[in-house]
Amino acid sequence: MRCALFITCFNDTLFPATGRAVVTLLERLGCEVVFPEEQTCCGQMHGNTGYADHGEALVRRWERVFAEYEVVVSPSASCVGYVREHVPSSAGRLFELTEFLVDRLGVTDVGASFPHRVTLHPTCHSLRMLHVGDRPVRLLSAVRGLDLVELGDSEECCGFGGTFAVKNADTSMAMLGDKLRCVLDTRAEVCTSADNSCLMHIGGALRRQRAGVRTMHLAEILAAQE
Amino acid sequence: MKGFPAAAHETLQNAQLRRNLGKATTTIRAKRLRAVGELPDWEALRDAGAAIKARAMATLPEQLERLEESVTRAGGTVHWARDGAEANAIVAQVARAHGSREVIKVKSLATDEIGLNDALAEQGISAIETDLAELILQLSNDKTTHILVPAIHRNRMEIRALFEQTIAKGEQLGDEASAIAEAARKHLRAKFLSVPVAVSGANFGVAETGTVAVVESEGNGRMCTTLPDVLVTVMGIEKILPEWRDLEVFLQLLPRSSTAERMNPYTSLWTGVRPGDGPQEFHLILLDGGRTNVLADEVGRQALHCIRCSACLNSCPVYSRVGGQAYESVYPGPIGAVLSPQLFGLDVHPTLPWASSLCGACYDVCPVKIEIPSLLVHLRGRVVREQKRRFSGERAAMATVASVFASRARFERAQKLARLGRGPIAKAMLPGWTAMRELPDPPKETFREWWRERSG
Repeated sequence: MRCALFITCFNDTLFPATGRAVVTLLERLGCEVVFPEEQTCCGQMHGNTGYADHGEALVRRWERVFAEYEVVVSPSASCVGYVREHVPSSAGRLFELTEFLVDRLGVTDVGASFPHRVTLHPTCHSLRMLHVGDRPVRLLSAVRGLDLVELGDSEECCGFGGTFAVKNADTSMAMLGDKLRCVLDTRAEVCTSADNSCLMHIGGALRRQRAGVRTMHLAEILAAQE
Repeated sequence: MKGFPAAAHETLQNAQLRRNLGKATTTIRAKRLRAVGELPDWEALRDAGAAIKARAMATLPEQLERLEESVTRAGGTVHWARDGAEANAIVAQVARAHGSREVIKVKSLATDEIGLNDALAEQGISAIETDLAELILQLSNDKTTHILVPAIHRNRMEIRALFEQTIAKGEQLGDEASAIAEAARKHLRAKFLSVPVAVSGANFGVAETGTVAVVESEGNGRMCTTLPDVLVTVMGIEKILPEWRDLEVFLQLLPRSSTAERMNPYTSLWTGVRPGDGPQEFHLILLDGGRTNVLADEVGRQALHCIRCSACLNSCPVYSRVGGQAYESVYPGPIGAVLSPQLFGLDVHPTLPWASSLCGACYDVCPVKIEIPSLLVHLRGRVVREQKRRFSGERAAMATVASVFASRARFERAQKLARLGRGPIAKAMLPGWTAMRELPDPPKETFREWWRERSG
């Protein structure tokens, strides 16, 4: 199957390892991955911060760049949610990674091996915009050697929220503090999620606190064959 | 107004508040889930609630005239108030006409919104709150933190001390909640039996029959709406329901969403006056107070569907940490963040639309399916467009970043700069971030650089 990778501007610039993992994973599962190099940003940051005209221009640009592809896959629940809301023609052909694996490819065992203790932050937009349900858990449960530990209050927001993390930094940090406590309670080595934006926020504080817990995008675990 | 970020900065310092509120909201969330889980048709009820409210708002002028006619036919008097000042003046006038220096009050957000108690005080009339939590706030000059449980931030020992200094002077109330409540009961009984004028809000007003409804838990509302000679109800015009049968939907949606009960303990319904039974004079004040302006905003008007259940407050990760006072309005939480700026002015509450991480928990629990996250984004847009002097720096930065994203070449150049912690993307992201969090290590190459090398 030929699929176009919608990497997102954020992952392209700051988390290329996630993109590399998606390519490794999809190719291992027999997909042909293409990367439309014209892609930049879907407009979510502008749209959600109150700059609807910029957001609209960027999401229309996204629509043009990806118009010719029958299947588009992205490792960001949040950006997929935004595009779905603004580009009706993306319905049925734009997939968040876990949706693509479970629904389109029909796999939960992706041949990964990752012998570590892991906890999953399910992310607000995965849960409440995309309704991905237990797909990430099913994928992780099939990874060889992986010890999946349930995160307390997992459905609660980590406090990232895009520009919210900066505009309301105190409130954002109060939310993050509770999320960190739950992460540390699991005694996991790795906190994973379907969105690097939440992970940058959670991971940024874990590193500041020298907590010894790593953050890793779900794709990187599913690509791993340790 | 301090604005949300500064006000939240203050309330977040209050460890007791955060603990009380965190505990209370966690408990009520779980209870609500159980209560709505009992109904197999919960989603259909939500749809029905949303549809009834949409119909009521789309036909508002007609429904209000129907209500006026049916209330008048049943022996009540209807007053129209453009704003809070007009509504307050009408209440004062009714109290004066009966020579009363006191009025007893049912818990009411509408009267809080218009500052009725202060307005009456200026006319030499004392408004006595009869809801236990409202009484606690009134006696301690405190402000509400929750629309349903206004004193959620106060604990038993604080309340005991307060009562011993006020309504139970000279008494030792002990540690038992029942004994502390008894002090309030004694104080209030005397008022119920002696004050001739009561003021209430309204949960619903039925256009078809002219019936007004108040739902409550303590029974103080029932006392106020039955014992005095005169009853004055201040009702926001959006509280109207077209038909009597519509109550069937809302009397299921409201208690399960608010207190997580199948049915609230007291549901009082009254239709005009009935000779020899209950108040012999009934005034219904229909309050606009900015509501028709809200109605003019095709997206924002959904906020008027709110039935004040407070499920969105309880489920909100922001509210449950900062508390109601951070919103600087009688309407806090997610619904407050979309209602207050519209009712009281974008210039008065310009920061509230950003007081959310857009996590979507509020929409999931809203019994009338108000799309609060979409409304927040819409109002952010309105503030940016209509409050030109605010955010001028941000507006310029956003325009620059948008023009970077509009071209692949510019984007790729900016990626290189961002890796060095410079350039427009980094500039837009950095401030406020690194105070409390590390930035990720800049990667050696972008994804697209890797892709190009790999593709040769």
